[in-house]
Amino acid sequence: MLCNVCHKNEATVHLTQMLEGEIKKMDMCESCAQVHGVDDPGMSLVDLLVGLGPKSTDNKAQASVDTETSECPHCGYTLADIKKSGRLGCPECYIAFEEGLEQMLRSMHKGLTHTGKAPKSFRNTRELERKARTLEKDLKKAIREERYEDAAVIRDSLKNLAETIRDFET
Amino acid sequence: MNINEFLIPTQEVCRRPGPLDRIVMTSRVRLARNLQETPFPGHASKQEREAHLKKIKPVVESVAPMKKGFAEELTNLRDLDRQLLVERHLISRELAKKKQGAALVLSADETLCVMINEEDHLRMQTILPGLQIKEAWKAINKLDTMLEAKLPIAFSSRFGYLTACPTNIGTGIRVSAMLHLPGLVIAEQMQQTITAVNKLGLAVRGLYGEGTEALANVFQISNQMTLGETELEIIERLNKVVLQIIENEENARAKLLETKPEMLFNNIGRAYGILTNAHTISSKEAKNLLSLLRLGVDLGHFPDMDPAVVDELFIVTEPAHIQYGEAKRMTPEERDIRRASLLRERLSDSPRPKMTVTEPLDESETSLNPEKDTEKD
Repeated sequence: MLCNVCHKNEATVHLTQMLEGEIKKMDMCESCAQVHGVDDPGMSLVDLLVGLGPKSTDNKAQASVDTETSECPHCGYTLADIKKSGRLGCPECYIAFEEGLEQMLRSMHKGLTHTGKAPKSFRNTRELERKARTLEKDLKKAIREERYEDAAVIRDSLKNLAETIRDFET
Repeated sequence: MNINEFLIPTQEVCRRPGPLDRIVMTSRVRLARNLQETPFPGHASKQEREAHLKKIKPVVESVAPMKKGFAEELTNLRDLDRQLLVERHLISRELAKKKQGAALVLSADETLCVMINEEDHLRMQTILPGLQIKEAWKAINKLDTMLEAKLPIAFSSRFGYLTACPTNIGTGIRVSAMLHLPGLVIAEQMQQTITAVNKLGLAVRGLYGEGTEALANVFQISNQMTLGETELEIIERLNKVVLQIIENEENARAKLLETKPEMLFNNIGRAYGILTNAHTISSKEAKNLLSLLRLGVDLGHFPDMDPAVVDELFIVTEPAHIQYGEAKRMTPEERDIRRASLLRERLSDSPRPKMTVTEPLDESETSLNPEKDTEKD
């Protein structure tokens, strides 16, 4: 298993923390663990997850300092505030800190793009239908290649997608 | 308005049937939503929270499913009322702690509840008895669609619904089922189950959700990831896992009956003995014993006992329920005495359990209750 921070060395420090009732896991190599002060009991995993990556090169370090102190133009929240509270200040923070948040979201969720329900004004059934067509192709391919387990998974997603489209339309 | 007068009596709530409710107590679906361009409740000023409330509450009260419901600001509720709502699982412990700007709107049938200015501007949930996750989603989806037609909801085409905590972003959905799993606990298979469930990206929590301990062998299974999957994908995965856990629980119960009946009957018999004879009992002890009593009912050892009676006792022996209607606050000791007398009284008509160990064919071991002839099952 490779270190989540430098992606180079073998991870030897495995960190588990309860965060708002959720279990968060990090795997790091010895040196990255030291840099991030893993021994420090006050260390927060959010801190680590948000601050992931941009510590190695000077350029990036500079960028990370900038984002730490820059404020959300709408509510004045900073990335440092987010790290501290584990919460964002307002919906606009997601746009203001999009880059910094991406790493954190990646570690928490299945994907980085929303595929579920959308408010009426945002609903784009065409988009979903396009996705359905791609899945149909995948399904045929999987069957052709006799990957039946994959095919079953794709078939389930297709079924769900069809239902989602129907829900949107009603 | 007196909250207890509004709430549906516990005996009625506990008699609502649901699919697979022998093991699945309730199914819940919660959605997190926020208004556009205004701080989340945690970062908002008092004035901003008041403004959110003014905007949201009338809209929620106006939509069809919430009409004739109960709507109240938290500042107008006594501590005991708040606690009562938490014990009924109608509001979160987090909302119960909130003051200025926080409110709840509860539908008349108590299946829908909208919390205003909890962690997010809007937290709406459906709770249905038994395993009905999809039905719960349908109900809350309908309410959500009605509300979003009238409120400017924060949404991004990339990240979906925007929430105060990044763990809820995307669908903003938290799907959960509350399961009673005494068999897996007694058979010492629960840790294993939790590990397996965690591996599938689902969380296992205690009776009152986040950060609470597992009491009374009750576990809440819920999704953790909210972004990158559709609501139905999340629901289906959870549903599958719950069905598997139900099967494991039934197997564990059957296996215990077959291999360790003495141990099982000992647990159930002692639970009955203490519940019907104690003169002081803590809420925690009562819950753990009621769980065993419920298991005994499930296994047919109390043929005359209505399972709803046991389920109701789970609720009415909770601290706020015990002291509701009292002029002054009771001490924990006073509550323990009152709880014990309530249990003795409610269980006074319930006859002793009928339990016999089926003898192995090759060996005649003495059964625990040789004088009693009972039907099995």
